[in-house]
Amino acid sequence: MITYKEALTAAMAKLLADDPRVFIYGQDVGSFGGAFKVTEGLAAAYPDRVLDAPISEDAIVGVAIGAAIEGMRPIVEMQFADFSTCGLNQIVNQAATLFYRTEVPCPIVVRLPSGGTAGAGPFHSQSMEALYATYPGLIVMTPATVEDAYSMLIEAVAIDDPVLFCEHKLLYNHLKAEKLPTESLPAGKARVARHGRDATIVSYGAMVHESLLAAKELVEDGYEIEVIDLRTVKPLDTDTILASVARTGRLLCVSEAWPWGGVAAEVVARVCAEGFALLDAPPQRLNAKDTPVPYHPDLWSAHRPTASAIVTATRSLLQA
Amino acid sequence: MSSASRSSGPTRTEYLKAFRVMLLARTLEEKLASLYRAGLITGGVFLGRGQEALSTSVGFHLHKGDIFAPLIRDQAGRMAFGDTVLDTLRTYLGSQLGSMRGRDGNIHRGRPREGYYAMISHLGAMIPVVAGALMARRMRGETGVVGATCIGDGGTSTGAFHEGLNVAAVEKLPLVLVIANNQYAYSTPNTRQFACADLLDKAAGYGVAGHRVDGTDLGACLSVVGGAIKAAREGGGPQMIIGDLLRLVGHAEHDPGKYMDEKLKAAPVGRDCLQVAEEFILEETWATADEIAAWRTEAKEEVDETAMKVRREPTPDPNEEEWCAISETRLQDNFADA
Repeated sequence: MITYKEALTAAMAKLLADDPRVFIYGQDVGSFGGAFKVTEGLAAAYPDRVLDAPISEDAIVGVAIGAAIEGMRPIVEMQFADFSTCGLNQIVNQAATLFYRTEVPCPIVVRLPSGGTAGAGPFHSQSMEALYATYPGLIVMTPATVEDAYSMLIEAVAIDDPVLFCEHKLLYNHLKAEKLPTESLPAGKARVARHGRDATIVSYGAMVHESLLAAKELVEDGYEIEVIDLRTVKPLDTDTILASVARTGRLLCVSEAWPWGGVAAEVVARVCAEGFALLDAPPQRLNAKDTPVPYHPDLWSAHRPTASAIVTATRSLLQA
Repeated sequence: MSSASRSSGPTRTEYLKAFRVMLLARTLEEKLASLYRAGLITGGVFLGRGQEALSTSVGFHLHKGDIFAPLIRDQAGRMAFGDTVLDTLRTYLGSQLGSMRGRDGNIHRGRPREGYYAMISHLGAMIPVVAGALMARRMRGETGVVGATCIGDGGTSTGAFHEGLNVAAVEKLPLVLVIANNQYAYSTPNTRQFACADLLDKAAGYGVAGHRVDGTDLGACLSVVGGAIKAAREGGGPQMIIGDLLRLVGHAEHDPGKYMDEKLKAAPVGRDCLQVAEEFILEETWATADEIAAWRTEAKEEVDETAMKVRREPTPDPNEEEWCAISETRLQDNFADA
C-alpha cells in the first residue's frame, strides 16, 4: 500500500531522477525532509537539488521564478498553504504575468499543503485555491486521490506555466492505494468519481471523500448520487460538470474553502449561465463557514462541510 | 570598503564610451518627456536624470551572458547593457513591434531570454528573481556569471529587498545590488525612510560586501561598480553599492517635485553627473567641446528619426489579441461570454 504523501514523495523522486532541471526549494525540505516529511530521503540522493530555504516565502518564489526563466523546473514547498500569502506578490504579479508580458514561460510548481486538520487552527488550515484561480496566468490543481497526487505532480512539473499544487494535508497519511498509477486523465479534465442519476455533487480535494461518504449514505434512501472530482480547478472542466447535470438535473457544489466567490460559486455560476435549462432545482453550494478556521476539533468539525452536512444539503436539494 | 580613486579609474576610451551612453540616454529621455507633454505617450514616464553615471556603469561592466534586472531610472544602464533607442520608443509608444507588444509599457520592458529581465512595479521583487537565476546557472555548472539589479533608497525598506538580499548572501551568489540613494522615494525623504545612520551599514547586517560611490562622478562609478562586478565574478559573493546622488526630476513627468529640498540641489550631491562628466572630459582634453556637441547632435538625430519611424508603426489590435495568459493554450479556461 502507498499513501497520498508517499505518492508525492515518489513523484518527486522520479522527477529528480529523470530531469536534471528539477530542484526542490523550501523551508526544512533538505535533510529534515519537510514539516510533513514529503521530501524525506530526497536530499540524501540529490544534495545539490533539494535545498533548505530561509523563512522567506517571497524570496523562495522569486528564486523559483528566476531559475525557471533560466530553464530550470523548480518545485517550491510552502510549509503550509497559509504561508503562501507571504509569497503572494511573486506568485500573482511576477510568475502569473511573465508569459503574457514577455513571451517567456514560467514553469514553476508551488506545492501548497492545504486544508484543515483537527487542532491546526486559523493559520495552518486554509484552502487557497480560489485566491490563486482568480489570477490569470496560473494553473491550480487539487488532487484528491493517491493516483492523482502522483501523476498530477509529475504533470505539473511538465507544464510550462506556473502551477499551484494544492495537496490536502488530511489525506497525507490516511489515504492509501494499492500501487502507483501508470496512466491518468490529463490536467484540466474532471473525473466522475461515482456514477449516479439523481443529483450531481461537484467537489475537489478532501471534500471528494466526504461527498463519496454522503453518496453512500444516501443509497440507503434509494438515491444514486453522481460525484465529480474536479482535479484541476483552473482550468475548470465545465463540460464534464454540464454533462453530469444534464443527467441528474440537480447540482450541489462542495468546497472546504470560504463561501464568498471561489470554486463553488464559479461552478454554480457556470452551470446557471450555460446549463440553466438542465436544472430541475436551484443549484446549491456548501462551503466552510465564513469565519477563520477554528482551532478546537468540535468547532473545526462544524466549520467545514462533513459527510453528514453534505447528506443534509443533498436531501434538501433532492426534495426541492 | 572601496572609495572612488582616479588613479585606478577608467581609461579615456572607456570613459568616453560610457559618456556617450549617458548622453544618448539623456537625449532619449528628453524626447520621452516631450512626447509625454505632447500627449503622445499613454501611461507614466519616469526619468533617470541625474542617475546616468551610476546606471551606465552597471550595464557597462556586465558581459553578454550576464543577467541584468534594471529598475525605473535605469535608461542609461539598460542601453549600456544593449537595449536600444528603437525598443525603448516602441514600448513607450505602444508599438506592436516592441518587445512588450503593447501588453506592458514604459520601464517594464525586457528580454528575459537575453538576460535582460523585465521589472514588475513591486519594489525589491527582482532581487530574489536574479538570485534564483544565478542559482540556476550554478546548478548547471556555469561559472563567471554575474547578476546585477538596481533599486533606490525607498526600495530598501521593502520586505522583498530584505528577503532577496538575505537569500543571495546565504547562497553566496555573484549578485550585485546597486542602490541609487537619490534622496527621495516619490516625495518621501530619507529621514522618513530609514533610521540607520548610513544605508551602507545594511551590507554588514546581511553579510555582503559594501561599497560607496559618489554617484555624480562617472569615473568613480565606473571604478567602484566595475570593481564590485569583478569581485562578484571572481567568487566574492554578493556586493552592495550605495551611489549617492540626487534625482534631478520629479518622481515622474506628472510630478514637478516641488517638495525637493533646495539645499540638496545646491549641494555636491545635487550635481548633474552628465555635466560633471563633460567638464572632466574637457579638463583632461579627452575631447573638444565641438566633438561633444557633434555627439549630442548625433544622439538627437538618432532619437528624433527613430521616434518618427515608431510613431508610424502599428499599435496592438484588440481583435487580433489572443487574450491568453498562459503558454499551454490547451489549459486555457473557457468563460462563456454573454
